[in-house]
Amino acid sequence: MNAVTMAHAPGAGRGTRRQAQARTARQARLLLTPAVSVLLVWMVVPLALTLWFSFQRYNLLRPAGGFAGFDNYSYLLGGHDLWRSIWNTVLLVGGVLAASIALGTLTAVLLDQPLFGRGILRLLCIAPFFVMPTVSALIWKNLLLNPVTGLFAWLAHLVHLTPVDWFSNVPLLAIGIIVAWQWIPFATLILLTALQSLDQDQMEAAHMDGAGPVARFRYITLPHLARPISIVVMIETIFLLSVFAEILVTTSGGPGSATTNLPYLVYKTALLRYDVGGASAGGIVAVVLANIVAFFLVRSVATSMGPRGLK
Amino acid sequence: MRRAPAATRLSLSVLGWIVGGITFFPIFWMAITSVKTEAQAISSTPLLFFRPTFENLANMIDGGDYLHFATNSVIVSFGSTAAALLLGIPAAYAMAYYPTHRTKDLLLWMLSTKMMPSVGVLVPVYLIFRDAGLLDTRIGLVGIYTLANLPIAVWMLYSFFRDVPHEILEAARMDGAGFLQQMLWLLLPLAAPGIAATALLTIILSWNETFWSINLTSSDAAPLTAFIASFSSPEGLFWARLSAASLLAIAPILALGWMTQRQLVRGLTFGAVK
Repeated sequence: MNAVTMAHAPGAGRGTRRQAQARTARQARLLLTPAVSVLLVWMVVPLALTLWFSFQRYNLLRPAGGFAGFDNYSYLLGGHDLWRSIWNTVLLVGGVLAASIALGTLTAVLLDQPLFGRGILRLLCIAPFFVMPTVSALIWKNLLLNPVTGLFAWLAHLVHLTPVDWFSNVPLLAIGIIVAWQWIPFATLILLTALQSLDQDQMEAAHMDGAGPVARFRYITLPHLARPISIVVMIETIFLLSVFAEILVTTSGGPGSATTNLPYLVYKTALLRYDVGGASAGGIVAVVLANIVAFFLVRSVATSMGPRGLK
Repeated sequence: MRRAPAATRLSLSVLGWIVGGITFFPIFWMAITSVKTEAQAISSTPLLFFRPTFENLANMIDGGDYLHFATNSVIVSFGSTAAALLLGIPAAYAMAYYPTHRTKDLLLWMLSTKMMPSVGVLVPVYLIFRDAGLLDTRIGLVGIYTLANLPIAVWMLYSFFRDVPHEILEAARMDGAGFLQQMLWLLLPLAAPGIAATALLTIILSWNETFWSINLTSSDAAPLTAFIASFSSPEGLFWARLSAASLLAIAPILALGWMTQRQLVRGLTFGAVK
């Protein structure tokens, strides 16, 4: 490419400006190349391999393998495990999303009021988002939800109730609580930032016109938050589809398969049962599921890149 | 700004502190437990007033274990951040200042690589790592985190670079500054706060990443996320120790997150909210 451009470069005069432009364009492409090529390899190679493995009879413990056709898929789709794990994934994503939007919006609106110590409150309310998943899962499991020595058990005794054995009786709910505790602050952070860009004059005018707090929330705040909320929904969905560590360190997917979501099922098939073919088929299902969500996310972000760009 | 009546303000404040208190409580309780003895930590009547002991925290740091994993966390998150910036800054510069008709598609494509769930490529990545001898190595983890963070870094940098007035670079170009000179001597200093915010976000994300760290490391290269996960085994159920390790593992990142919350929003939403 280099040589071609050089050959066409006119000797002097009017050509120099064009020549400079062409050189700049080439340099810009050169700066882009490393980032684009590593991402391209990262995007294509592993996924192609997953797809390839998913049609192979391939277990790390049994060297003999070969082409399996759709066997891995039909085994997966015909069994109970996959559907259970998809259902668990949907429940976890849906439940945590609902909690983050409802509680995140309320917290953000509250923190937007002229409270005493608002700066500190804001820090307290977003803190859980920065806690690594293994820490939040183990702290909740052992210090708070433990049926014998946990704080919740003590609270239950205070009001003469029998403590709940969270991880045996309602394991998915327990994991949902932990994950929601991490992600409600994310919604709060994003929505609070969005609220602070809300035009105060408009609020003032509505107030003057006699609109009460509920009307102001309904007709000014909520429409203003519509887009940030949709962004929170989609970003959280991407992350919540991949919840893994919280399950690994608390229930290991159990009891039975009560808390096995799609990522955990693939992990179990691959690294505990060494079934490369089966795990790859599961991975492909996860990719398809994520792509359905991603389709909407990318479209919505693309819409936001309107004439004013990404500003 | 409109002034709320004092009584409303007071009651809203009380409500706010209740919400903040509940949200923060698990972290507070973890910090309290980290300065208890193991016996106090499993007491079925929670102790709030006791003589604190800093033995757990001191043991954690002296014992050597914690420092090994913390070192891994630091190396992996800083290494992958440096690599992501090295690849991301030139790319974002090119796209922000020399856009073509394909720039928008390129950005969206980069974003879409983030949509691929890690679990979809777990099997091949694990096998490639095994065959290349990269399992349980820091360099392997740095590579994965770089790839995972690159799209976010590019988007965030792009959004910050667009905020630098074009006229400044234009003027420098008129004065004969070359392509790379503009980037190195003008854009980098002007966009330094944005670059710092980008670096902090990728450090935070790498520090807290758990899927790859748990699946691709075991001991030599295991970062703090994997170390804490080891407390889930039956032999690891010492709650004061767990709390001490957890506190030390999250404190630096919590501090970073608190300092940069506003800039993080831009990165976390791919520039859509700021």
